[in-house]
Amino acid sequence: MIVSFKVNGEGRVANVAGAESLLTVLREEMELPGSKNACEQGECGSCSVILDGALVTSCLVMAADCEGSEVTTIEGIGSEGELHPVQQALLDHGAVQCGFCTPGFVVAAAHLLEQDPHPSRDDIKEALSGNICRCTGYGAILRGLEALAGEGS
Amino acid sequence: MTTSPTTTRRLRGGVGESPLRPDGIPKVVGNFAYASDLHAEGMLWGATLRSPHPKAKITKLDIGPALAFGGVVDVITQEDVPGRPGFGMHVPDQPVFAYGECNYWGEPIAVVAAHDLDTAKLAVKAIDIEYEVLEPLTDMEEADALDSQTRRMKIRRGDQDAFGAVVVEGYYEVGQQDQAPLGTEAGLALPDGAGGVDLYAVSQWVHSDHWQIYPCLDVAPEQVRCHPVGMGGAFGAREDVSMHIHLCMLALRTGRPVKMMYDRAESFVGHVHRHPARMWYRHEADSDGTLVKAEARIILDGGAYESSSNAVIANAAYFAFGPYKCDNTSVDAVAVRTNNPPAGAMRGFGGVQTAYAHEAQMDRLADELGIDRLEVRRINALGHGDNMNTSGQLIEGSLPTAELIDELAKMPLPDPVASTDPRHLPGGTGLTTEPGHVRRGVGYGVTLKNLAFSEAFDDYSDARISISPIGVEVYTAAAEVGQGLVTVIQQLVRDVLKMENVAVIWSDTGVIGSAGSTSASRQTQMTGGAAYFCARELREQILAEYGGDDLSIEGVWLRGELIVTLDEICALQPRQHEIRYRHPETFATDENGQGDPHPAYAVAAHRAVVDVDPELGLVRVVQVDAVHDVGKLLNPVAALGQIEGGTAQGVGLATLEELVLEKGVIKNPNFTDYLLPTFLDAPHVEVKWVEEPERWGPLGAKGIGEPPTISAGPAVAAAIRDAIGRHLYRVPVLPQHIVGL
Repeated sequence: MIVSFKVNGEGRVANVAGAESLLTVLREEMELPGSKNACEQGECGSCSVILDGALVTSCLVMAADCEGSEVTTIEGIGSEGELHPVQQALLDHGAVQCGFCTPGFVVAAAHLLEQDPHPSRDDIKEALSGNICRCTGYGAILRGLEALAGEGS
Repeated sequence: MTTSPTTTRRLRGGVGESPLRPDGIPKVVGNFAYASDLHAEGMLWGATLRSPHPKAKITKLDIGPALAFGGVVDVITQEDVPGRPGFGMHVPDQPVFAYGECNYWGEPIAVVAAHDLDTAKLAVKAIDIEYEVLEPLTDMEEADALDSQTRRMKIRRGDQDAFGAVVVEGYYEVGQQDQAPLGTEAGLALPDGAGGVDLYAVSQWVHSDHWQIYPCLDVAPEQVRCHPVGMGGAFGAREDVSMHIHLCMLALRTGRPVKMMYDRAESFVGHVHRHPARMWYRHEADSDGTLVKAEARIILDGGAYESSSNAVIANAAYFAFGPYKCDNTSVDAVAVRTNNPPAGAMRGFGGVQTAYAHEAQMDRLADELGIDRLEVRRINALGHGDNMNTSGQLIEGSLPTAELIDELAKMPLPDPVASTDPRHLPGGTGLTTEPGHVRRGVGYGVTLKNLAFSEAFDDYSDARISISPIGVEVYTAAAEVGQGLVTVIQQLVRDVLKMENVAVIWSDTGVIGSAGSTSASRQTQMTGGAAYFCARELREQILAEYGGDDLSIEGVWLRGELIVTLDEICALQPRQHEIRYRHPETFATDENGQGDPHPAYAVAAHRAVVDVDPELGLVRVVQVDAVHDVGKLLNPVAALGQIEGGTAQGVGLATLEELVLEKGVIKNPNFTDYLLPTFLDAPHVEVKWVEEPERWGPLGAKGIGEPPTISAGPAVAAAIRDAIGRHLYRVPVLPQHIVGL
């Protein structure tokens, strides 16, 4: 089945056999490995992408359902030369250790700040409670995002 | 020409700073290559057939139907292993594939290589296999009674007839924790076309993999090269070989690159776990709280194969009583062999289990005597110049237990419960907890861990430094698993050579000797030490060569005159230097566990504050205050990250995390049923450092990886006991334990 959708602003076409997830198509067909495959059960948020404006775990989205959609992945959030403020904040506060959860956190936090530029500490924790980090204990992630949420408020 | 070194610009990115980690930007933009992201032209995918029974005879195994499957290129079983039939970190007791019999649920039996992963997985199901199911041995006490063990440890120190004015006794259990690194096991093997293979697979110690792999392949050592690779966490799960030999066999047989990647369910049986424990304790003390005698019986379930059980049980035994002085002790500890999935390394490595028991005992003792719970710890605090309570080893290095306890006592407690925001209540947004029902508790965990390898192990790390026109390069095979070793190496080398352009080159087993494992909290001291002392020797070489008396960021100086700049040295006099760094020698202990088994220790003191809904059995860990013994603080942000992250893993074991085994079968191998701390579960952590330099290692720094995981859990368990006013013998503390079901 041929499915057409936009990824990071660019029209892409995927040839899917059936039940492949959006995550599988992004990683294995579209050479976008930034979205991570940690649980493939929608529990850890490592594969978070923005699908038509909504934050989703791409492991639970069937690629076949994405016809005509717009998808933003970690690769569309920022680049090495032009970091998104969330990426810079996480680096500045030492919020990156193994980094496997980081793309998912970046996507989810960028989405949160777009909805609400000045979330409270509790709002940040609640909004990101679907993203699991096994390394940091979340402290550095929180400090980075609180610094960002406080800017311009 | 500059005439005085006092004008020197300050070095950037040296010791004491927290510079940007070199892999930071690739990781935040999603460019960093993890093992699971690797790809090679024409590669095959491997998938594994695993035993559905904890114990069974294989009565029929026919791979024919899988081989006949379209797209399948090869299927391998134990019969195809060209060399030594087994592997293992210490002894090769685990067959590459189950042969004739299966000894645990999930044991590999065959691997299929196919053009794509789906085909490989389907072909696995086509393998024709039949079993005669046998009764598994899954109870650790039964295994102990049957003498089914990998190691027994006996410790007898002092007067076994000594007795105190008070006696406290307890029985304790620790459930089985999974490392749950976010990246699952993954790897890629590339045949070199000349009978050799390059392996890029998750690992905490590529040389240990190498030593285990090449004998099984029956090739010369240099024909297998194990490369460090990006991985999504480790925590002990990457110390053992998993898919490594399978990948190499398939690459050599097919002549094609082969990739494997376990999914989450498979990962739960694809790596070893923390040993579950049962422990019986008795402490005797004088009426002022001074410990007179401590006794423990400890059983750890090591599962079907040895892995690192024999070192884990030694740690459990030597650290059975924590950082407290006691001259009369007795420990009987055993790592049993069962048909449960193998247990091995996990952050804290034997020290985690016994910490729950000795800290609960210290609380019982304080309560029995009517002494403050922190005070009883202070009275007995073990330190430099004392003898270790189990082995009797003189503590020659730093051990500031009393200082940590004093610092912890000074830290302010968080405000009492006031908020009615459900996010601040034990039930969270489940809206289950009535604010008026919440009870607060405070508990302590003061614990001890050995640093680096013990018991006569020849522990070393090789590092090579090259100075050339491109700058300074440090070659090491040490695994960077996320902890930030790569940054600490840069900082140490910058400090010595005064050059800022330092790159750490991850090097394979063909390029450099072993750096030892990224485990036992050892790499800051061992590979940090190797890089630091290698740089020191290079600095001496350079000063001698140019006849200088000082080295600064500008160059070599003699009596206030700049002789040569560092740029000139790099451009005109490139050089390399390599050293093998070792810590002070350690020794095997005698038949009573007496001797000098450890090179260094680190202590940690935690205080946990929890809110409990005693009717519903719900817990919110409000805050953990942590004082850590770091020797010398090299990188504050990285150290804080280790403490916060380690604390979260301790909180996880105390309140959430447990692999549920039923007759040897894991019932919750997924993140829906194996609960990990989320953003809402992790406590706020306040950290203080105590810097009392260690006698060896770079600048007296101590490893920091494991101590927070060991201390946090017992503090949380103690705080829950404090809140509900009742003894709890088991972790994780689940709702049914709190409500008393």
